Amino acid sequence: MLRSSSRERGPLWRDPTFRALLVQGILLLALGAFIAMVVSNTLANLEARGITTGFGFLQERAGFSIPQTLIDYSGDSTYARTFVVGLLNTLLVSAMGIVAATLIGFAVGIARLSPNWLLARLATAYVEIFRNIPLLVQILFWYFAVLQALPSPRDSLSLFEVIFLNVRGVVLPDPQPLAGFAATPWALLVAVLATWGLVRFAKRRQAETGRPLPVFRLGALLLIGLPFATFLVTGMPLEWSIPTLKGFNFQGGVTVLPELIALWLALSIYTASFIAEIVRSGIQSVPQGQVEAAKALSLPAGIILRKVVIPQAMRVIVPQLTSQHLNLIKNSSLATAIGYPDLVAVFSGTALNQTGQAIEIVAMTMAVYLLINLVVSALMNLYNARTLLKER
Amino acid sequence: MNQANAAQADSPMIEIAGLNKWYGDFHVLRDIDLTVARGERIVICGPSGSGKSTLIRCINHLEEHQEGRIVVNGMPMTRDVKRIEQIRRNVGMVFQHFNLFPHLSVLDNCCISQTWVQKKPRAEAERTSMEILERVQIADQARKYPGQLSGGQQQRVAIARALCMQPEVMLFDEPTSALDPEMIKEVLDVMVELAREGMTMLCVTHEMGFAKTVADRVIFMDQGQIIEQAPPEQFFNHPQSERTQLFLSQILGH
Amino acid sequence: MEPTSTRTEMIPERRAPDLRRGAVGWLRANLFNTPLNGAVTVVTAALLAWLLWPALQWAVLQADWIGNSREACSGEGACWVFISARFESIVYGFYPEAERWRVDLVFLLMAVLVAWLAIPRLPAKRWVGLFALVGFPMVAFFLLVGGSFGLEHVPTRDWGGLMLTLTIATVGIVGSLPIGVVLALGRRSKMPLVRGFCVVFIEFWRGVPLITVLFMASVMLPLFVPTQVEFDKLLRALVGIMLFWSAYMAEVVRGGLQAIPRGQEEAAKALGMGYWQRMALIVLPQALKLVIPGIVNTFIALFKDTSLVLIIGLFDLLAIIRAGLTDSDWLGFATEGYVFAALVFWVFCFSMSRYSQYIERRLHTGHRN
Repeated sequence: MLRSSSRERGPLWRDPTFRALLVQGILLLALGAFIAMVVSNTLANLEARGITTGFGFLQERAGFSIPQTLIDYSGDSTYARTFVVGLLNTLLVSAMGIVAATLIGFAVGIARLSPNWLLARLATAYVEIFRNIPLLVQILFWYFAVLQALPSPRDSLSLFEVIFLNVRGVVLPDPQPLAGFAATPWALLVAVLATWGLVRFAKRRQAETGRPLPVFRLGALLLIGLPFATFLVTGMPLEWSIPTLKGFNFQGGVTVLPELIALWLALSIYTASFIAEIVRSGIQSVPQGQVEAAKALSLPAGIILRKVVIPQAMRVIVPQLTSQHLNLIKNSSLATAIGYPDLVAVFSGTALNQTGQAIEIVAMTMAVYLLINLVVSALMNLYNARTLLKER
Repeated sequence: MNQANAAQADSPMIEIAGLNKWYGDFHVLRDIDLTVARGERIVICGPSGSGKSTLIRCINHLEEHQEGRIVVNGMPMTRDVKRIEQIRRNVGMVFQHFNLFPHLSVLDNCCISQTWVQKKPRAEAERTSMEILERVQIADQARKYPGQLSGGQQQRVAIARALCMQPEVMLFDEPTSALDPEMIKEVLDVMVELAREGMTMLCVTHEMGFAKTVADRVIFMDQGQIIEQAPPEQFFNHPQSERTQLFLSQILGH
Repeated sequence: MEPTSTRTEMIPERRAPDLRRGAVGWLRANLFNTPLNGAVTVVTAALLAWLLWPALQWAVLQADWIGNSREACSGEGACWVFISARFESIVYGFYPEAERWRVDLVFLLMAVLVAWLAIPRLPAKRWVGLFALVGFPMVAFFLLVGGSFGLEHVPTRDWGGLMLTLTIATVGIVGSLPIGVVLALGRRSKMPLVRGFCVVFIEFWRGVPLITVLFMASVMLPLFVPTQVEFDKLLRALVGIMLFWSAYMAEVVRGGLQAIPRGQEEAAKALGMGYWQRMALIVLPQALKLVIPGIVNTFIALFKDTSLVLIIGLFDLLAIIRAGLTDSDWLGFATEGYVFAALVFWVFCFSMSRYSQYIERRLHTGHRN
């Protein structure tokens, strides 16, 4: 038998190992050359335009105001704070959008499978209409065609004279906690903990005695009843600042920017059309035989849904759902088209225009989205590993 | 329950009279009359599309029929959900493609109906499940998931899962058709054992060897109707109908 | 029946006895089969009527269709005169009027190519496809840009409207597909450096919003090239769009590559084929055919996202309409403008998604046979 060292070799350039090394070497060289060229060009360009590099600008005074800030911010704040304000605004509209899109998406997706012909067709029409129109068109539509067409504050549309809708946004009553209100959130926390305990107790009791508890109803009662009772017992320590029209504008209450509403509506409605498809295909991916087997075991419909259909459908739904949530976060950057002060609008927009530090700012902005992506993907991999079906 | 059982003890296990069913315009079951006595073992055979699976799926209301009467264990089938669940509690079913729940372990597959229908404590449910898994000789795999088992093992678990409800009747819908040849025997052995213990059984199958050993009666169906029924010896040796003869020559011929 | 019996006469087929026939039967079966379903039907129908009737009145019944100035608008319903008055610029942007036949010619050529590729019955798919990917872009380039063959040069800042939207979409798909294929192959390579580079490249573009990519293309790209080089604004956007979508395309193609059984490549190896021969002749043709629906879906997403160039100041279909809305003669027609833009995009995207579903069905049946 031939030993490997005595195997005959062909010419060097036909050796697979050598070829692999060569290809990778060329790739490395090309990449290096490309980066070197870009860096030297950039440095020359920056010098020619008199732009300094580095992140020192973050400590400088930004000098512009932002219409919606979740933390204290003024024209005297630094660019670093601008970054944080923009990021928080991005996270706010993303969170609102994710909740709404998921709710609408599940409702529409389930409606598409409804035995009711009309409802199923309506849900299909929803999906086919909204997923085939660019998100940007929808954002602009809601903002310019709907919200900007609303009356001025003096002629606001009102709901029970408490909520007002006008061209400057929605004015909602603002709850003002009085002394003693703190007990209510505490009660809510206690209720959450108690519900958790209840779920565990019910599980153990069922394992021991076989009798289940109506966990859902008891839990709902606890979660709603306890905080509400506390609120009543402490003497309803909450005052509503009801918006009232003074001159040309409202006083009191809290105003939600029309930009936020338009962006939120468009993001939710658009993303929901994709989520609906995911939910539908997820539920349909559970074979009919699974339901039949569960029926043959005389399991009641509710248990079939909870213990057989949903756990299997979720395995298909959750990863795709997460990727839609990530899309929604990325798409929230279209805020800049209508001037909602998100990260891209205030930082990659206004701050970049003022400082000219394109590289640092675009890199920081991209890093934020990449980081969110990486974290969520890592969590998703964990979920997938946990729910992986065990197979041979 | 006990009183009801006593009253039912001398009634037949299953009574089907004048059963007719359509899929859209397709007349799939035509004037079926069938009475199954307690402890009786019946094998149903026939060409594909003859309605044999549909017939047994009507017995636990996986299919809805349009005309006729089905009475299981003395309880007439209605469209009332509670009644349907009550009947299903007495009827175990085994499917061609096993239909085990892939996200639950073998043990949990067996416990699910005991937990949620019979409301048994966990320990008791597990004890029952293990005893039955022992009977189908797969107790050592109880902690595994269906995807980790072979087809024959999965079908045995499916039988155990159905038995865990302590049903009075077992329905088998082509239990060996999806199995590799070397696994058919292990499933048939379990079914033969079950027949020996006196279980009332309705099997849709083409395993004629099984029919010869355990069946009290063989039923041949074609075009949605019962063509011929007879004890196996008579059925296989002296089939009366031409259609039966043709069918038998086709499946036994080679 | 007795335990032993034989049927001598077959029972003839009968018609089903139920009432689920005719219009009434259909309604009963699909809309009013249970009280709950009946209630759902009534509520849904009411909602539909409440939404659709005013929409129909606004868009059709009370709308103004004829005229060429603002005076033609009665103000009761939609005023489509806003669209018809500027229809030319919505299609051609600022392209010189005398040269618009060149755009028409490109449109025509494109329509023929798309139809040829989309209709399965027509022959010579491979050559037409090759022409669509290589020849057509060159022809279109010389026709639209001009400056040679005696054609007048039209700078890209004069491009706009539907013509620009289609240009960006076409360049996007033609550019991102080959890059995506190479990236997908690279991601499956056994060479760690090649694979690593492809993974980082793909995940980077998939992790950031397109809008930041366009910002990067418009503010950072000019910094990357030597100072004296003039970098066309449209070209910069196109580079960004191509890189961005090539990453998505790569993932689609990778899905197809994974679906091809290993045996195919082994068989090709056994026939003595080298890597590129194996890929080009055996693996890729199968993989690409398998992922046509995925490629079309990516193309739909790309097509919708062409509208984002509005943000960096290019005048695509949407931007032209938006610019029209700021015309002081035509203030207050935002609804008409955006509804029309939505309709145009919708028609394109919906037909593409229908086509992709059709192909998917064809592929499925193909596998079964």
